[in-house]
Amino acid sequence: MDFTFTEDQLLFCDSVKNFLQAEITPESLRASWDTDTGRSDELWQTIVELGLTAMLVPEAQGGLGMNELDFILLAQECGRVALAEALVETALVATPLLSALVDKDPRCASLLEKIASGEIRVAVGHPANELVSDAHVADWLLLPSGDQIHLLARDQVKLVTQHSVDPSRRLFTVEWKATDETCLAGGPEGVQLLAASLNRGALGCAAQLVGLAEAMVSLTVDYTADRHQFGKAIGTNQALKHHMANCAVKSEFAKAPLYRAAYTLSKAPQNADFAVSHAKVAAGEAALLAAKNAIQSFGAMGYTWECDLHIFMKRAWALDKFWGHTGFHKNRLHQWLMNPNAKIGADKTFGIQG
Amino acid sequence: MDLNYTPEQIAFRQEVRQWLADNVPAEPLQSFDTEEGFEQHRQWEKTLAKGNWGMVTWPQEYGGRACNLIEWLIFEEEYYRAKAPLRVNQNGIFLLGPTLMEYGTPEQKERFITQMARGEEMWAQGWSEPGAGSDMAAIRSKAIRDGDEYVINGQKVWSTRAVFADWVFCIFRTDPDSERHHGLSFIFVPLDAPGVTVRPIPQLDGLPGFAEIFFDDVRVPVSNRLGDEGQGWHIAMATAGFERGLMLRSPARFQETAKRLVELYRAHQNDILDLTIEDAVVKSYMDAEAYALSTYQTASRLIKGGKIGAEASLNKIFWSELDQRMHETAMSILASRAELLPHSSAAGNVGAWLEGFLFSQSGPIYAGTNEIQRNIIAERLLGMPRK
Repeated sequence: MDFTFTEDQLLFCDSVKNFLQAEITPESLRASWDTDTGRSDELWQTIVELGLTAMLVPEAQGGLGMNELDFILLAQECGRVALAEALVETALVATPLLSALVDKDPRCASLLEKIASGEIRVAVGHPANELVSDAHVADWLLLPSGDQIHLLARDQVKLVTQHSVDPSRRLFTVEWKATDETCLAGGPEGVQLLAASLNRGALGCAAQLVGLAEAMVSLTVDYTADRHQFGKAIGTNQALKHHMANCAVKSEFAKAPLYRAAYTLSKAPQNADFAVSHAKVAAGEAALLAAKNAIQSFGAMGYTWECDLHIFMKRAWALDKFWGHTGFHKNRLHQWLMNPNAKIGADKTFGIQG
Repeated sequence: MDLNYTPEQIAFRQEVRQWLADNVPAEPLQSFDTEEGFEQHRQWEKTLAKGNWGMVTWPQEYGGRACNLIEWLIFEEEYYRAKAPLRVNQNGIFLLGPTLMEYGTPEQKERFITQMARGEEMWAQGWSEPGAGSDMAAIRSKAIRDGDEYVINGQKVWSTRAVFADWVFCIFRTDPDSERHHGLSFIFVPLDAPGVTVRPIPQLDGLPGFAEIFFDDVRVPVSNRLGDEGQGWHIAMATAGFERGLMLRSPARFQETAKRLVELYRAHQNDILDLTIEDAVVKSYMDAEAYALSTYQTASRLIKGGKIGAEASLNKIFWSELDQRMHETAMSILASRAELLPHSSAAGNVGAWLEGFLFSQSGPIYAGTNEIQRNIIAERLLGMPRK
């Protein structure tokens, strides 16, 4: 029993964190809103050069052969800077889905190699989400149809832009036709792959939500130290301190469930439903509370477009509902816990659940 | 990261489970806030000590088993699973014990830890005073050096278990001209010393769980001081860290309550009209588990040489509010029977929920109110301005 990350995992996370914090700023995000795609090819290539798209690609396809646990701290950092590029979905959802099919369909191996090398990007649709994010910059799309998963090139589909309240998010409905040629998997295998993708997508959201929650607290702490009223910094007021302390408690107790979920997905994905739903619900609560308490602490300034807070708030509101909204995940927890045969109790914390 | 127990840890769990199955009294003991109940609990402490289960993390030379914190968590899980008696000496073993390990001289460890481990000496805590509650640095009781002794005068209040305990560990002002957190020292006083008067204070349940302690020219040897003279505040903060952070309230206690709550809900599922209750039950279970996961993380970090600091305040808020919520939910499920004392003929199987509910009201208050914890988090963890 050892619930810590390795030195290597922590050091790598630190270096990626430094890179992200230098490159992804509120200014760079705002600048991206006015571009055609909202995405930067140059930034994506830098992300590729750092090996981040290759992390979960198997070694046989030129990747690093790492797992969800190796990536989870990075996903948290992506949330902290509100990264717009679809790195988390690429690494945690598209790559493992293709890896699972690598022996079955030669197209998957080739796609994985090209994800690792940065030649292509892949977007993922899922029944849990009505929309596909970043489909416009993807060369290929993985799309669900019933129990089947299909692979289509972008020129085989029609994308209809849907506008999000978060100007960084680029969402699309996709019109397309399923054929035998486009089908990668179906039947029980398709069902299982779709379920695994949902868990990986939810894990990625949960990690980003924890990062976003901490980012909003940090912004607010800085603002309330500078802003003076009644002759003193408003951050000296206990009411605001307690708003922020409540956020810190929520974030802290979302983290261990998040890391447990990443661990379970990497070791025993068939048992991960419960752990993932716990992490997603806890992280969503932490991020929504941080958004609410942050805007309250910023006052009118927080309600403006000019203030950077909305960059993080809007992402939190969106991701809380993506890859399974709270109702979906709570329902899974209820179903499991209310089953009279559920093995519950302190000695079962690390047992098989769900 | 490896979230599997080792074969040794699994064997340890089995050993604990077996010993508890063989030794936990079949009938629940009386409350340790009665004279008879205290004595029963004292005997239980001796039974634990005979099996070397008194405090498993202590070195073998002091009657422990040199267990690491993961094994301690396993022990606690089994302890609550077995519904073993609450630890009457919790002030001693969970708070003073770890503090003595860190700050005690070899003689003090030999003298006090060994007696604690044997279940021979029960401890109370004497920090708060009538004018020094949340503002503990306002302590006025004095211990003035006179040769090889301190002469103590003053008053402590809210001393839990002091009515029947043998010793109290206190913070006194050893420098009479000092102010605030300077000039304080950490001193042990036997409760039967001449000049000590203990006045019981009944708690919500009517039993004398609290006491006021009056000191009137009480003399104790200088060797009863833990750490250096004037180091009292610093040591007390370490003790408070154990209290808020890890030792006093292990997650198993709350996981056991959460499990009982799930079972209570299932038993009454068809009578419950309030749709929010199921959500509260599930949330309770998840939060208890989150606290356990977080504690395993902290324990793993401490084993590798890490330290616990102001984040102990995050824990204290989380477990105390979780405990309160769980008991509120249970009371809602029990509905009109919730107010009945268990021996009432109409009470049925209400069990210990009412007792737990009353006690849960104290959680956000003791060990530093949750308001104080929130200030600590805001100022020390998040860096918000004090003034």
